[in-house]
Amino acid sequence: MHLAAHFPGVNATTVWADPRSRSQIDFSSFVHLARTAERGKFDFFFLAEGLRLREHNGRVHDLDVVGRPESLTVLNALAAVTERLGLAATVNATFNEPYELARRLATLDHLSEGRAAWNVVTSSDAFTGENFRRGGYLDRADRYNRAAEFVATARELWDSWTPDGESRPFAHDGEQFTISGEFTVPRSPQGHPVVIQAGDSSEGREFAASAADIIFTRHGTLDAGRIFYADVKARLAAYGRQPDDLKIMPGVTVVVGDTDAEAQEQAYEIRRQQVSPQNAILAAEQLWGTDLSAYDPDGPLPEIDPVIDSGLVKGRVLHGDPFAVVARWREIAAAKGLSLRQTVIETTTRQSFIGSPQTVAAELTAFVDERAADGFILVPHLTPGGLDDFVDRVVPLLQESGAFRSEYSGSTLRSHLGLVEPVWKG
Amino acid sequence: MSARTPLHLAAEIGGPPHYDAGHYLRLARLAEGGALDYVTLGDSFARPGLDALAVLARVAPATDRIGLVPTVTTTHTEPFHVSSAVASLDWVSNGRAGWHADVSTTEAEARLFGRRSAAPPAALWQEAGEVADVSARLWDSWEDDAEIRDTATGRFIDRDKLHYVDFEGSTFSVRGPAIVPRPPQGRPVTVIDATSAPARAAAARHADVVHIRATTPEQAAAVRDELRAGAAAHGRDPDALRVLVALTVDLGDVETAPEPGLESGPQLAGRGTYFRGGPVDLADLIAQWHRAGAADGFHLTPITPERDLERIVNGTVALLQHRSLFRTFHPGGTLREHLGLVRPASRYAAPKAAAASSAASKEA
Repeated sequence: MHLAAHFPGVNATTVWADPRSRSQIDFSSFVHLARTAERGKFDFFFLAEGLRLREHNGRVHDLDVVGRPESLTVLNALAAVTERLGLAATVNATFNEPYELARRLATLDHLSEGRAAWNVVTSSDAFTGENFRRGGYLDRADRYNRAAEFVATARELWDSWTPDGESRPFAHDGEQFTISGEFTVPRSPQGHPVVIQAGDSSEGREFAASAADIIFTRHGTLDAGRIFYADVKARLAAYGRQPDDLKIMPGVTVVVGDTDAEAQEQAYEIRRQQVSPQNAILAAEQLWGTDLSAYDPDGPLPEIDPVIDSGLVKGRVLHGDPFAVVARWREIAAAKGLSLRQTVIETTTRQSFIGSPQTVAAELTAFVDERAADGFILVPHLTPGGLDDFVDRVVPLLQESGAFRSEYSGSTLRSHLGLVEPVWKG
Repeated sequence: MSARTPLHLAAEIGGPPHYDAGHYLRLARLAEGGALDYVTLGDSFARPGLDALAVLARVAPATDRIGLVPTVTTTHTEPFHVSSAVASLDWVSNGRAGWHADVSTTEAEARLFGRRSAAPPAALWQEAGEVADVSARLWDSWEDDAEIRDTATGRFIDRDKLHYVDFEGSTFSVRGPAIVPRPPQGRPVTVIDATSAPARAAAARHADVVHIRATTPEQAAAVRDELRAGAAAHGRDPDALRVLVALTVDLGDVETAPEPGLESGPQLAGRGTYFRGGPVDLADLIAQWHRAGAADGFHLTPITPERDLERIVNGTVALLQHRSLFRTFHPGGTLREHLGLVRPASRYAAPKAAAASSAASKEA
């Protein structure tokens, strides 16, 4: 089993109103969570990226945590205070160029002695583009074309120095990039930093099968996980790769209590914290696509139809057909007699694993044993202590049962993941 | 300038490339032991070496006081990313970050990106100045008290204290606000090497610290006066500008046969005017120039960092400290405090707050 720690993000999952919540930006918070993850022998620490503050109704969204540092800079600093933990940065392939980013990633791999990973994401929105020279809009297919060529080009650069430390000129002439010259950084300790692809779409799966070492996916039921797992692993052969060459790691939330019942109570309380009255109205506005500020969060659901493509929400990806989701919400509210806020709590934020340490350890192990996942990216709800309980109470059980490592056996992230060093293609 | 103006000292820790953190960490700690204001680490896409900002981010948690100033180029990079990375360096170092803005002039560098051709220095420095400008605006785009965590209203931030910068440059535009909350120093320190004329114009307008080259104290004083006048012409407080003379320093062979004063020797990669002599001679030169009001301090580039930085710190700096011409420890925690520069208020803050800092209100 592989485990990773996701630093709490800028969405409603992260509870800032709890008295235990600390800064989302002070370096000490990053040190706390990274050292907790390393104490738990996690594979890696994961940072998301922000390139434009989210907006709602034409204004900066103010109900969730806002603001974060730039990931590669933080990870280079964390390399100074950790020794074995992998360090994964999310960096956008749309608003960067291969030469500079490949150099920054190779630099992290050198400075951390082989612990760097890159979560490749793409973006297509002109909204984010307003902060960049690149600007503009890419359609969905072009996003993955650019990402695929970006990763391929980065690998050419990482291979441009021989394993013996000799620099060779490179030249890449493609649809997206035409570049040539010499790379400034020797081949890094891992050969290539570990590549992560986040996203479940068909294009995303194919891209991961062709080019990634890890796929960061959404968590669902055990059955859904097994279907996804089988689908993705089956795509690897077409690229001459083995099933073990790509690790499937869903992002999960975990609540640990003394007993299963106590954990359920805690989990409900966390969901109540996540869905403040204001956040309940906001979640409804995101779904309905219109101003619902006049509605009472403790009252019934709005009876109006949702508005499609209203442009109310910016900088956030929406999923699903609003009419279908609204219909489902109405069904649930009617069946259980729930208010608007209670409906939001009920429908949108249930944690992935809830229970005593024994229950959580057993369920995590079952997901891996039954081939629904190779491991998990844990997303805590509190900064920075949100994984303390998991590391202190669940990890020892996983170690006792042999499901998870008790010590690091190697020093690089590739060694933690059981991935071989990429073959040098000079 | 009064002879009692505090002396500022900085050192470059680059040189032949190293690909591990230990080398740079040793040099940064050495400079920190000498209570220097900051270390610089040069960078360019044109020659081998790691990303300098990353190296100094790696050094930050393993040091306590020394200022950290990587070279960051503005020609082929994204201004928004540049401002975010420098702000983040300020966060991970608890307020010790600066950046040395530089441009990429060659066709070879342009081919690494394949996005635009090489351009004349004047155009590149115009753009570099705009990048410094938009970075400062992005660092101001969160007011200091924007984060409120108000449980009563459910609001994490007061969004009236976050600001769009809506910057339109000659080659790029940025909407804002920053993604990184306001850095500990308010604005990390902007350093520009003003050797070339177009760079000098950008420095007068945007730099907090300027590196200059001069072969006599009179020449240095003249350049300093010109920069201060330029800053004043842009509505800035000239006293909020630090002008450091850049010297390339070779303390290698000449332990007993000093060559007093400054001589024009071989230029090393355009990095500085060349000084060759012993640590004591260098201390004498620094003391003499500083007494003459030629500069606010010196930026020293050791020709062989492992050897010369040790001699600078344990020889030259120790002597200056013994003569009470240089601090023996860092009384402050941030690079701005080392340099005697105030923490600027955000230009977007309400007038009452802005008035608290004269420097900020003049720049706004």
